Formats: sequence, C-alpha cells, structure tokens
Amino acid sequence: MSLEVAVAAALFVGVLAYALFGGADFGSGFFDLTAGGARRGAELRTLIDHSIGPVWEVNHVWLIYCLVVWWTAFPESFAAVMTTLIVPLLLALLGIVLRGASFAFRKYSATLSQARTFGVVFATSSIITPFFLGTVAGAIASGRVPAGGYGDRWSSWLNPTSVFGGIIAVGTCAFLAGVFLCADAVRGGKPALASALRVRTIGVGLATGLVVFIALIPIEIDAPTLADGLERQAAPLIVCSFLAGLATLWLLWKERFALARLPALIAVATVISGWGVGQYPWLLVDEVRLADAGGAEATLQALLVAVAIAGVVVVPPLALLFRLTQTERWSR
Amino acid sequence: MIAEALALAAEEPAGLLPARQQMAFSLGWHIILACFGVAFPSMIFVVHLLGLRGNEVALVLAKRWAKVSAVLFAIGAVSGTVLSFEMGLLWPGLMEKFGDVLGLPFAFEGLSFFTEAIFLGLYLYGWGRMSPRLHLLCLVPMAAAGIFGTFCVISVNAWMNMPTGFRIDAAGEVVDVEPWQAMFNQGALLQFLHMWLAAFMVAGFVVSAVYAAGALRGRRDRHHRLGFTVPFVFASVAAVLQPVVGHVLGIRLGETQPAKLAAFELAETTEQPAPLRLGGLMIDGEPRYFVEIPNWGSFIARGSFDLPVRGLDTFPASDVPPVNITHLAFQTMIGIGSLLMLAVIGYWLLRWRGRDLLETRWFCWFAVAAGPLAVVALEAGWVATEVGRQPWVVYDVMRTVDAAGDNPGLWWVFGTMLVVYTLLTIGAVLVLRSMARRWREGGEDLPSPYGPAAISEEAR
Repeated sequence: MSLEVAVAAALFVGVLAYALFGGADFGSGFFDLTAGGARRGAELRTLIDHSIGPVWEVNHVWLIYCLVVWWTAFPESFAAVMTTLIVPLLLALLGIVLRGASFAFRKYSATLSQARTFGVVFATSSIITPFFLGTVAGAIASGRVPAGGYGDRWSSWLNPTSVFGGIIAVGTCAFLAGVFLCADAVRGGKPALASALRVRTIGVGLATGLVVFIALIPIEIDAPTLADGLERQAAPLIVCSFLAGLATLWLLWKERFALARLPALIAVATVISGWGVGQYPWLLVDEVRLADAGGAEATLQALLVAVAIAGVVVVPPLALLFRLTQTERWSR
Repeated sequence: MIAEALALAAEEPAGLLPARQQMAFSLGWHIILACFGVAFPSMIFVVHLLGLRGNEVALVLAKRWAKVSAVLFAIGAVSGTVLSFEMGLLWPGLMEKFGDVLGLPFAFEGLSFFTEAIFLGLYLYGWGRMSPRLHLLCLVPMAAAGIFGTFCVISVNAWMNMPTGFRIDAAGEVVDVEPWQAMFNQGALLQFLHMWLAAFMVAGFVVSAVYAAGALRGRRDRHHRLGFTVPFVFASVAAVLQPVVGHVLGIRLGETQPAKLAAFELAETTEQPAPLRLGGLMIDGEPRYFVEIPNWGSFIARGSFDLPVRGLDTFPASDVPPVNITHLAFQTMIGIGSLLMLAVIGYWLLRWRGRDLLETRWFCWFAVAAGPLAVVALEAGWVATEVGRQPWVVYDVMRTVDAAGDNPGLWWVFGTMLVVYTLLTIGAVLVLRSMARRWREGGEDLPSPYGPAAISEEAR
C-alpha cells in the first residue's frame, strides 16, 4: 500500500465515523422537527437531548479530523474543492454553527418560547447540514471539481448526483438516528415512545433504501466513472448494504432495537464505503488520482504517526464514553 | 497617488479584503471562547476538588461552572469549526501551497480536540453517574488537552511568523518539507506560553468580574467570595508572569521580524539607543503626539539599553505593515497588561497585610472592569501580531494577496456571518443570564424546558 493510499484510508475512516456518528446526531433533528407540538413532542425531545447531549461534540470532531487530514495530506485537492464548492460548504457550515449553538442554548433555555425557537433552529439546521455535505460528496464523485479549483460555483453541486447525494445523506442520518433513539427509548424505560418511533424509522428506512437504489440510474448517466466503480469493485458493498438494511428493518419490526443498531450501522457504512471504493483510484473523480495528490512524503509519514497516536490516545476513552452512555445508569 | 492605489486595488483578488475582515472577526470572536476552553477546566477542577473535600459552597460553584462551560464550549466548538473551513474557503492559495507544511500541528490539535470533547461529555453528564473521584479526574485530560491544543494552534501561527521546515526551489515550488521542524519552530514555545497565560488572564478576570459585580450588588456571601477568589488567583499568577514572557518573546523581533518591531515602536528612522514612545501616531511619515522615554525603546525591543531599533524607512514601502494600527494595538496590550499586573500585585500585597480590597466598592468596580480589559488586551495582542506581519501571510515567503481566493460574493458571506455571530452572542448572553437568574432564585437543576413540568407551568 502506498503512503497516499494509507493516509487516504485514515482520512476515509474519519469520513465514515462522521457519517455514522455525526450523522446519527444530525438525523435526530428530523425526529425533533416531526415530534409535534410542545406537549406531544416533549418526551421525544427530552430523549433526543439526552441521547446526543454527551456525544455530539465528540462526533463533531470527526469533521475537523477530516478537514485537517485532508488539507495536510492532499493540499491541492483540498483547495480545489474549497474554491469550487464554496456555496454548499458555506451552507453546511451555517447549519453546523446553528445546530451546535441552538442545541446548547435550547437545553438551558429559561422559557418554553425560547426553547421552541432554539429547537426549530436546531432541528432544521440538523436536516440541511447533511444535505449540503451530501451534495459536496456528489460533486466530487461525479467529477465536477477541476484539479485547479474554481469549477462552476452552481452546476458543480446542483446536478443529479449531488442532489441524490444530499437526499441520501439526510435519509441515512435520519434512519440511523431513528434506530438509536428506539434503543435509547427502551433503555430509558419509555416503550410507548419506542414503538411510535419504530414506525417512523421503518418508514424512513424504506424511503431511504428506495432512494439509494433509484439513484443508481441517474448516477449511471451523470457520473459514469463512479457508476462503473459501483458496478465493479464496490458491488459487494452495495449488496451488503441492501442486506443489512433489510435486516435492520426486520429487527425493527420485531422490536429488537438494541440489536438493530448493528445492521443499521453496517448498512450506512457500506453505502458510504461504496462511494469511496467506487471512485477509487480517483481522489477528485476524472481529475486527480489519489497517487498523484499527496503532499510531501515526510508529511504523509508524520500524519500516519499522528493518526496512530490518536488511535492509542483517543479510541479507548471514546469507547468508554460510548459504552457509558449506552448503559442503563446513564439513560435515566 | 490615488491612481496608484486604484491600480494596486485592481490587482488584488476579489477575495482579499472580505477574507481579511472575516478572518479577523471570526478569529477575534473564537479566541475569547478558546480562552475558556483552555483555562476554565483548571478552575472548575479547583472548586470541584474543594467541594469533594467537604466545601458545599465550592461544590455548588463547580456544578454551575460546568453548566456555563457546556454553553461556552458548544459555541466554541462551532466557531472553531468555522475557522477550519475558512482556512480553505478564504485562503486557498495558502493551503494549496503550504497545507502539507503547516498541517501537522493541526492534526495534533484535532487529537486534543477529541480528548477535550470526550472528557467534556463524560464530565458534564457524569454528575451522580460516576464515582466522584473518577468524575473529578475527567477534568485533568481536558486541561491537558487545552495546553497541548494551544501549543499546536499557536505553533502554526508562530510558523507564519518564522517560517521553517521547507525550501522554495528555483521554480518557486515548495520542496524539502520537514513537518516536524515546521511544528517545533523556534517561535512556537514562547508564543504558546504567551497565549496560554493570556487564556488564564481572560477566563480568570472575566469569571472573577462576574462575582465582583455580584459583590457590588451586596451579594457578599461565601459563595461570591470563593467564586471571585479562585479565578482571580489563576488570573493573578498569569498576569504577573505574562509581562516576563511577553518581553522575552518581544526581544526576538529585532532579528525575526524587524518591520513589525519598527511599527510597534513607531520608529520611522533607525535610532540607537531608541526611545520608548507612549501613544502617538505616524502621520505622513512622522511620529507625532507621543510621550518619549529615552533608551527604553531599545530595552523593550532588544533587551538592552543601547542596541538599535531599525526604522521603517529602511524597508521597501511594499513590505511595511499598517503602522498605526499595529502600534496602537501593541501599546494597548502592553498598557492593559502592565495595569493588570500592578493591580494584582497591589491586591495580594494588601491582602497579605490583612486588608481585603474586595470590601471596597472602587476595587470591585476595577475587578469588574478587569474582565473586559483582559479581553481587549487579548484582542489587541492578536491585532498587533497579525497586522504587524502584513503584507505577509507567511513572513517573507508569501504575501497575503497570494493566499486569498478569487471567489466573488465574499462580502455577502461576511455580512451573513456578522448577523449569525451577533445572534449567537445574543443567544449566549440570554441563556447565561437566565441561568444566573434561576440560580439566584434558588433553582439549582435546570428542568428540561420542553419537558412536561415546563409546559404545565406555561399553561398556568
């Protein structure tokens, strides 16, 4: 494995982690928004608050990780994406800022009307952020970011692949969030809430799965290089995603929520990996190959050292945090 | 002259001026929260430790400060993210060329950001759910991550001031990149210490100002005394050490960034020994309206009473930073820093002699003012070093003009950002104030505001 590929793999781990864990946090915005009025939605909103409160900042750091590894390892492609996709990136950034701030503000609001205002901002920004990040992925995957940067500011992300990318991102986030919230509700001793969430989560899962498979048709025309990869090296991942998605839905149906989390994570992880593997060996599809995109060799080596240290320093406490928050003691 | 300025402006990329404004604004906003992220965990640790040893008042403080930190750290996390995006969105020229030179410390900063966020989550939600000792210890990695994270970020800034760890070849390409050398550049350690102490000054003086304000309103109980004293001790130690660190940092400027030094000192011509000019402005190439102290300019700038300070007229006009902003910002920082140092020394001397100035109204007023003053000094320091480095983004290697992008419409982005940050500020103030009000009214645990309890209250 070349140095570039090793660093790209480390970067992709970050993308995956952000998509799964950050995604599940964003996805809870969908359920928050559709929870109903203040009285009817109070229980669910309290659950969401409790569920993502201790972890959202950590999950958010994966985004920072991706950005810094990207600009350090592949600086020219980073600048190319930033100059081309400035509009969706700014909109995603706006969503990130509003989501984080209004979530914290809502938790400590003095009055119900304050909490409502911050709550609406939190929920809507949680939905728009994954959409715009999804369009960015679509733009890269459909070869719309020129190597030298400054591609078309609008058509680069307002195109079939990007729009489907955005919708899939929103859907997968909501699906993950739904599965996790169901499990959290049961653990928190709220079975009625769990069964209400269950129906909606199954709905979101079916809709998202449908969109993923419909999207394969426009991608075929709009992003031939990606489509080619999806049909070849990434095909097993797509099949795996399909099966895991089915398994999740079945487990949800059977109300085996805790167990359903695993296939849900696998289903989303394989979709995201499908994109990554599908566009290999390109970093910017049709423009820049991974092997040609790396920065200085010494920097790539140093980055791998940093990643290894992070693995030792960060992963154990992260596992502890996740384990603790999934215990009954922390769920009350 | 005007035609020349216009010609110059025409050559500038569309993104330069709005990018400058936006970067300055977002960095200036975030740095205040960053100070809390760095320094607040240590202060909470002290009160929490006192609390576990039986001091009830201290335990209440720890719980409340933890809630405040939850709000501050959340908006700090998102405003820090803004800066990460801005590196690429506003300065693509810099990142494209030097991303692999300056990136490594950022990667390590990400690591400390992870640590901070993990243990913050554990700490905030661990009340009553973990063993008290383990819970308290969660603050230690947070404080350590604050130290390490500060070093990493500041090391990038120090690198911009004293770039190293690469070579530019004949074709203008960056070659021979040595990321470790860039990260551990010779300016990093001192600049880090300067910022680290500044963080403790800002957080310490601001938090103690809150309790001094309470004292002014007649709340002079143990709660307010402790709430004042703990952060004030931290701020005092930092305020006394800061001038020493600042001085050692400053005397290297003569060699590393002489133009910045000349602007600091308002030195149009080379003088030996150079006087210290207090106040003053550079008007048509002449320093005016200042008070002059002979020889002290040399001491402050070079660490000796007879070394020369190089004048601005020895630099090509295109390499001179905006003099007045740099000079005034520098002196504001020095002035406030000196004032705060003298004030804390005076306070502790008198307290040692058995007189507590906190019982006087005028000192309480001063302590209230010290919070914003520390923030002004912090901002002034950043303005001095950043504006003083202009026109370079990477000193003597890359001009800021070449770092900026060419995307139009950045003024709209800047405008939107001003609105969003104003709303964020209002939101934070609103939430923190209502928190304090609820605490004063005797409520300790804040109920879930959209929970059934709050709703039935609303219905009444």
